[in-house]
This record gives sequence, C-alpha cells and structure tokens, in this order.
Amino acid sequence: MTEIVFYVLAISAVLSAILCITQKNPVPSALWLVSTMFALAGIYVLLHAQFIAAMQVLVYAGAVMVLFLFVIMLLNLGRDGGSDIKKGPVALVATFLGAALVAALVAVRGTSVAGLADRLNPGVVAGSPLGVVAGGDVQSAASFTNAIGAVAAPMFQTYLVPFEITSVLLLAAAVGAVVLAKRKL
Amino acid sequence: MNPSWIWLTIALPFAGFLVNGTLALVKPDAKRVVSLVGPGVLLAAFGVAAAIFAGLWSQPPEESIVVPLWAWIGAGALEINLALQVDQLSLVMLLVVTGVGSLIHIFSVGYMHADPGFARFFAYLNLFVVFMLVLVLGSSLPVLFVGWEGVGLCSYLLIGFWYQEKANADAGKKAFIVNRIGDVGVMIAMFLIFWSIGSLEFTDIAKRAPEALAVGGTLVTAITLFLFLGCAGKSAQIPLYVWLPDAMAGPTPVSALIHAATMVTAGVYLVARTSVLFAMAPVSSMVVAGVGALTALFAASIGLRQYDIKKVLAYSTVSQLGYMFLGVGSAAFTAGVFHLVTHAFFKALLFLGSGSVIHAMHHAYHATHSHDDPQDMRNMGGLRKDMPVTFWLMLLATFAIAGVPPFSGFFSKDEILASAFGRGAEHPIYYVFWAMGAVAALMTAFYMMRLIAMTFFGENRTGEKERAHLHEAPAVMTGPLLILGVLTVVGGALNFPTFWLTGPHHGLESWLEPVLAPAAKLMPVHLPHGATEYALIGAAVVIALLGLTAGYRATLSRKIPVAKDAPEEVGFAKVLFHKYYIDEIYQSLIVRPLVALSRLVLWKVVDQGVIDGLGVNGSGGLARGLGWLGGRLQSGQLGLYVLVFVVGAVWLLHAVVR
Amino acid sequence: MLLGPSLVLSAILFAIGVIGVMIRRNAIVLFMCVELMLNAVNLSFVALSTAHGFGGQVMVFFVMTVAAAEAAVGLAIILAIFRHTRSVDLKNINLLQG
Repeated sequence: MTEIVFYVLAISAVLSAILCITQKNPVPSALWLVSTMFALAGIYVLLHAQFIAAMQVLVYAGAVMVLFLFVIMLLNLGRDGGSDIKKGPVALVATFLGAALVAALVAVRGTSVAGLADRLNPGVVAGSPLGVVAGGDVQSAASFTNAIGAVAAPMFQTYLVPFEITSVLLLAAAVGAVVLAKRKL
Repeated sequence: MNPSWIWLTIALPFAGFLVNGTLALVKPDAKRVVSLVGPGVLLAAFGVAAAIFAGLWSQPPEESIVVPLWAWIGAGALEINLALQVDQLSLVMLLVVTGVGSLIHIFSVGYMHADPGFARFFAYLNLFVVFMLVLVLGSSLPVLFVGWEGVGLCSYLLIGFWYQEKANADAGKKAFIVNRIGDVGVMIAMFLIFWSIGSLEFTDIAKRAPEALAVGGTLVTAITLFLFLGCAGKSAQIPLYVWLPDAMAGPTPVSALIHAATMVTAGVYLVARTSVLFAMAPVSSMVVAGVGALTALFAASIGLRQYDIKKVLAYSTVSQLGYMFLGVGSAAFTAGVFHLVTHAFFKALLFLGSGSVIHAMHHAYHATHSHDDPQDMRNMGGLRKDMPVTFWLMLLATFAIAGVPPFSGFFSKDEILASAFGRGAEHPIYYVFWAMGAVAALMTAFYMMRLIAMTFFGENRTGEKERAHLHEAPAVMTGPLLILGVLTVVGGALNFPTFWLTGPHHGLESWLEPVLAPAAKLMPVHLPHGATEYALIGAAVVIALLGLTAGYRATLSRKIPVAKDAPEEVGFAKVLFHKYYIDEIYQSLIVRPLVALSRLVLWKVVDQGVIDGLGVNGSGGLARGLGWLGGRLQSGQLGLYVLVFVVGAVWLLHAVVR
Repeated sequence: MLLGPSLVLSAILFAIGVIGVMIRRNAIVLFMCVELMLNAVNLSFVALSTAHGFGGQVMVFFVMTVAAAEAAVGLAIILAIFRHTRSVDLKNINLLQG
C-alpha cells in the first residue's frame, strides 16, 4: 500500500517538475512547482518525517512560492508573449546531460560515504569527520511516536549554535532584500 | 701564522677591488687613495702569504691542509664546499702571485699615473688577483674553475681597457672567445672525473684515481686530453695560442701580470695539480710534451721577425709556456713549476722593462705631438744611454731567458730539457721533443738579443726633437724592476741541480715532493747522469751564447730603417712577419664559415624562423588563441556556464563511481 | 523500505532542475529550478534520515531557511535588475561577457 502511494506521488512529482520547467508562462510554472512540493510533502509523510512535511507545505508551498508569484505579478511578467525556452541542440544537450547526471547519481547511491571518502582521498581512513557523520546515532525514525520531539532534540541540543546562526542569516537576508528592492533608502 | 687565515689573502685584494671600484664610479680622480689601496692590499696579502709560508717552512705538511669556508653546491652525491687548499704547490703559486703581483701593482702606479681610468685599472687588477688566488687555492676543480673563469673575465676587461679603440676591444673579445673553447674541455673533464672517480676534490682525485681508473686507459687519456684542451686555451698553446699576442693591446703592466707571470701559467698549474692523472696517461703526457715543444719552436720562430717590442715578448711568452708544458709532459712537474716561477720573475721584468721603454717613448712622442708608433723597435735604438737602469735590468733578464748560467732561466730550462732527454730512453720521440726545445732555445737567445740590440744599442732612430724628451722612468717604476732583477739573477737557487750541492737537499723539488709523490711513483723522472748530464749542460750554454752573439751581430750588422720608411719584408721573413698567416687561416677556415653559417642558417632560419617564428610568436599566438577560445566560453550566458559546470560534475561523479 | 526509490526520485528531480537551469532564460523560472534542486536534495536528506538518524531532518530545516533567505534576496535582485533593464531575460544580462 505504502509503495503504491509512494509511486503515485513520485510520478506526479516528476511530471509536475517537467511541466514546471517547460511552461512558457512563469505563472503556471510556479503553480506546477507548488504541485511538486505538495507531492514531496506526501512522500515526507511516507518517510515518517511529518514535521518536515508540514514545514514543506507551510514554508515552501506557502511562503516562498507566494513570494515568487507576488514578484511575477508585480513585474507583470505573466502576459509576456515570447518564449524563453531554448530549443534545438542546446535542449538536446541539456537533456542528455540531465540523463547522464541521473545515471551518475544513481550509480553513486550504492557507494557508502566512507567508501566514497576513501576513494576520493586514499589514505584518509575511517575515523575521519565524514565517517563520524555516516556512523552517527543510527536510530530508526519509525520508532519515535513523537515526530516533532524527535527532530527538536538534535536541533536544540547538537545543532543549537547553527540554529541560532540561521536566525542571523534570516535577519541579514531580510535587511538585504529591503535594501536591494527599495528605490531610495 | 695559522694556515686557516689563508682566506685573508683573497679577502684583502677583494676589499681593494671594492674600494677602487667604488672610487672608479664615484670619484675617478682620487689617485692618491687608489695608489695607496691598490698595491697596499696586495702587499698585505703577500705579507699574510709569507707569514703562512714561514709557519709551514720548518714543518711542511704531509697532506694538503684544506680550509673549508662554506658549503657551496650539494646535489646528491655531488658535494662541493668552497674550500681553500694549502699545500706546497699552492703556497708556491700564492707567493708568486702575490709577490710578483705586488711589484707590478707598484710599477703600475707610475705607469698608469696619467691615465683617466686609473681607479678602474686598479679595481680590475685587484679583482684579477682575487680570482687568480681562488684559482690556485681552490681545493676542488669547480672552485678552481670559478677562478679560471674569473681571471678570464679580468683578462678580457684589461685587454680591452682602452676600449675606445675598436682594435683593443676586439682583442679582448678574441681572448675571451678562444678561451671558451678551452673551458669546454675543462668542463667535460670535470664531468668525466666526477663520473669515474666520484669526487672533484684534488685530494680525493689523487687518492682514488689509481684505483678508479686504469693506467693508460681510454678514460684517463680522455680526461687528461680534455683538461689539456683547457690548459691550451688558458696558457696559449697550439692551436689556441692566437689570442695571447693580440692581448698585448692592454696596458703593459697587464701584459706583465696576467699574460706573462700569472694567468697564462694557470694551465701549467692545473697539469701539475692533476699530475696523478697525467702520470697515468702516457699518451696524454706525450701529447702535452709534443704540443709544448712544437709551440716553443713555432712561437720562437715568429718572434724572430716581429718589430713591436711587446709582440716579441708575447711570442716569447707563448714559447716559454711551451717549455713548461714540455716539462710537465715529460713528467718533470717540478721542473715545469720551477720554470713557471723563474719565468714569472724574468718575463715580468722584461715586460715591465719594455713598459718603461714604451713609457719614455710615449712621453717623447707626446711632447712633440708625433704619431709614430712608440712600441715599434725600429723607432728606438741607443736607449741605453737614456735609460741605463732599464737597460741593465733587461739585459739580465735576457741572459736569464736565454739560459746563460748562473741566471735563473738557465737552471729551469736546463732541467726541462734534461727531463725530456731523459724520457727519450723510454719513448724515443722525446729525443725529437728535446731537439725542438734546443732549437727553440737557440731562437730565443737570438730574438731576445735582437730585441736588446734594436732597442738599446746602435744609433737612436726616435727623431731629433724627440730625443731630448727620452728619460729614465721614475723610482716607483724602477724600484720593482730592481727587485725583479735580483730575483731574476738568484731565482735559480730555488732548485739547484743535485751535483752542485752535496747531500740530498734539492730546494723546490724536495719542497714539492709530498704533492707530486703520487705522480712520481707512477711515472718517475729519469734525469741523465754523469757525462750525458755535463754534455747537455755544455750544449745548452753553447746554444745560449751562440744565439746571443748571432742575435747581436745580425741585428747591428746593417742599418735599421725607421718604421715608416721600412721596406716590405720578402721571402720567409715575410711569412714570419705575418706569423705564418695563422690568423688569416683561422679567419677563412673557421671564423668566416662560422659567420656565414650563423648569418644564413642560424640567424635567418633557426633564430628568425624557428625561435622567433615558432617559439616566441608561436607561443604568443597559442596563448592568444587559447585566450580567444576562453573568451568564447565567457559568453555571459548563464545557461552555458551551467552546461559546462554540469559536464564537469558528471565527469567527476563518473570518475568517483568507476 | 523506500530509501532506494526515494534517492532515485531525488536524483531525477535534481536533474530536471539542472535541465531547467540550462534551457531557460527567464530569471524567475531559473530561481524556481534552483528551488526544485533544493527540494530534491531535501528529499535525499529525509530519505537518508530514516537510516542514519534525525540529523538529516535538521539539515532539511536549515536548507529551508537558507532557501527562504536566498529567495528573498534573489527576488529583490531580480526586482532591481528589472527596474534597470525592463526585462528578466538573462539574454540581456550579459555584462560578464568575455
């Protein structure tokens, strides 16, 4: 049952993504991207990441994509006549490269992180920082009933300092966006 | 004084070079300071050398004392320290260079006093002494080679000292280029020595060579022949002697110091220093002796018919260097070094004496604004009345070079000829060499007496007005001449033949014995004894006296025309006057084809076509082309950048997965 | 387990995002493609967190934060560029041309 739902969601995500990048008008593009994000949110639920799924819908599909649409409307880009999609050899090469990238990424999937590190940098053996990440506290997400608590614990314990720094990042981004967008300060 | 102070003998002239060089650049007319510093540092260096010598006199070192200064080159098995070597041989050379050098420096104060380049002259002269001392004191071939090249540089600078005249600058270039040919030989020899023996230190070479190389083998013969090529260049032997007569374009003290007493004897020194190798290669020794004998004969015959007083002395130097090589080629290394020392005395005296004559002639012509050649002996004559001191001293030197007993040249030359004769018992060809040397001795006596007769005897041909201005040189010039005169007379005492003295004492020979013993063991010297020895000495004396008498008679028997009225030479005399046309032959056989090759092939094809066209412009064009391609890549279109980036990413991932 | 298929899906979505960046010239759509790639990476993190613990989900949180910041600043830049050139077509924004 879970598999069927997963593949339905996966196919809809891929189709939405393809449609997103092939729409002439940016408004439908944005809407198809929202569709992809909803599909991904569903997959997150299947992967027992309910908190992330909620964040996905709230932050991405809600806030970020609304921002995109807002800018598109503001600049009045929706009615633009000409298409900006490249055709011919460029599109072909791009598609081929995309396929090659998928193949390469899928091939990489089978390799463990430590093995990759060893192959990239022979001589640095296990016990390196990469190895520590790979072999961290391995616990199945499914064993936690309290999904939010499971994410909150590492976020506010192990990753407390990075978490606080992201707040500074957000502040800087907000100030920067205002400075850039305003005509005159 | 402790031998570790030996570096002071090099540092002192170097300090003099710095002071004089600075003065030459900023205050060229500070002649008083220069004339104090220039000879002063040399005298101080001589003092140091004498003190070290005195310290070692009673207890001569059994082995060379090597004084390391600092590490110079270290590359794998090759380790070269900048080190100085104090032993009997280098001490002899050190004393000659600093001693004779000091006298010539003092003489130069008087000789060059009116020259605007006074400070520059002394700077070069000091620098020359620095390099000459590096040459004789260096403990390994590369250090010696630094000095070897350095004296070549100073020689070039001093030959072309009056560079405003193109002929002088050309003579400097000629000396430099001809010496390069020989230097290639030294470098190849160094490579071979390092390859076969594994060290370039002289002490190591002397110790290891007998085991590392086969006696009479191809390798040791090749090494010694290449070394001798370098010696032939530096010491002006056939076929590379042509630069030395032209080198007389420099000031006369330079001719005395560099081109007679010290630098040109470097080749003899090098052979003596590597005597073990030469003793192991009989073929090379024969070549050395043969070339030496041939050069002695050949140059002496040219000297018979020259009129420029310095040219005569130049060919005489070439000839005497030939004698030295005949000596070292006959395994008589002591005799070679002995002749080197006595030659330094009497040839420096002859050159400085000729400088004194030229000085007087120059002043006389200068006073009357005449443009006659002050160096041409046909313009001299009868000068003994005007310049008695110079005359008597030069006469002594002439007796010495001619080999009249008891002057110094007699002993050294006789020892060389006796050694050559002695080796004839093993290889009969040495009898031929001996005969050539004997004939050359006859010619030497002849042309030297001709020089004296034309310059100092007969009637004066300088001119009516000029005659009044001829006068003896000042004391600063005659002083060094006097000292050299004393050395010329008594220098033979350094190495009296055995039968003159009772007991085993044998001056220079026993002094140099520790250095030359390894060579002597391999190739002992056979000196003739008894009746043969007395016959040889008698023959030498007869030859000398015969040559002197014939030279005097032949020169003064007929009237000598003044240079500008002189008729063209005829017959063989013309060939001799034109030095067997060797320069012309070299010009048409080597120089012209080389210039043509350089012009047509090397310039137009190799330089303009390959190097400029392909190399310079080609690489420029390649860089521009690549830049153009790179520029195309920088289209400003983001999509293309991402495309290229993804290609790289896929390729990297592929490499990781593979 | 859904780990393997999730990772393949992540790769496909990422490649689609890359293709979009390569073939589009509209700056806003380009940004959307970047968001798509970030989402693909997020999917990888979440999928791997099922096997390797919750660190991956925390990382997704950080990625979202950075993406939001990037979207805000990026869109502001597009706004400024539009004011300048009256266009968001990258064809017209090529001052870095060599």
